[in-house]
Amino acid sequence: MSEELQSGIVKKFLYINRRAPHGTNYAQEGLEVALIGAAFDQDVAMAYLDDGVFQLKAGQDTKAIGTKNFSATYRALGDYDVKRVYVERESLERRGLSEDDLMPLVYEDEDDDWEEKPLIHVVSAREMQQIISESDVLLNF
Amino acid sequence: MLHVVNKSPFEKNCLESCARLSQAGSCILLIEDGVYGALADGEACEVVQTCLEDRQVCVLGEDLQARGIEPDRIVSGVEVVDYAGFVKLAVEHPKVQSWL
Repeated sequence: MSEELQSGIVKKFLYINRRAPHGTNYAQEGLEVALIGAAFDQDVAMAYLDDGVFQLKAGQDTKAIGTKNFSATYRALGDYDVKRVYVERESLERRGLSEDDLMPLVYEDEDDDWEEKPLIHVVSAREMQQIISESDVLLNF
Repeated sequence: MLHVVNKSPFEKNCLESCARLSQAGSCILLIEDGVYGALADGEACEVVQTCLEDRQVCVLGEDLQARGIEPDRIVSGVEVVDYAGFVKLAVEHPKVQSWL
C-alpha cells in the first residue's frame, strides 16, 4: 500500500453499502472507512443498494433512540473529494422511495469555479453492473 | 400474544414468518429495522395489510423518526406507539414472541 501511495498509483475504490443505517454498525463504519480512504488521495466512489439506500434517507433524527446521528456525516463526502455517489434505482423503488426522499449531497467542482454540484446519481441495475466491474478495489459494508 | 419484529423485511424473512404464524387477535409490533416493513409504498406493505385484517399492527415512533420516515408514509391502519406504548403492549399481553 505505502509503495503504491508513494508511486502515485491511484486505484478506483468502490464502497458497496447494502445495510440499513441504525440496526447495525455497518453503515457508520463503512462511511468512516470510505472517508479515511478518500483522505489518502484515492479515487473513491460510493454505491448504495438494497437496504443501503435507507442510509441516504433525508430527515433522520436519532435523538429519541439515543444513538449518534451520523447521517450528517454523509455531507462530508463531497469535502473529502468523493465526487461519485451511486444509488440503485431498483432498490429505491422496491422500498417505495424516490430520489426526492434522499438527503441533498453536493460537492464543489474545482474545475468549474467551485460551483456546487449534486453528488448523488440514481442509476439502473445495468449501470451499477458497469460501475462495479470498472472498479479496482471493492469494499463491502 | 405480542409479536415483535426488529429486522428489515427486505433483508430477512422475520416479518413474513411472523405474519404466517401469528394468530388472529394478536398484536404485531415493528421496531428497529422492522419499521421499514410499514412503508406504504414498499414491497412489504401487502404482508402488513393482510395482518391488519385480523390483527393489530403497531410501529415504534422513535425508530421511524431515527430513520427519517414520516408517519404519513406508513400503511394506513398501522398504529404509531412510543416507548411507553411499547411497555403497555408488553404488559397487556401475557406472552411475547420476538422474531429475531
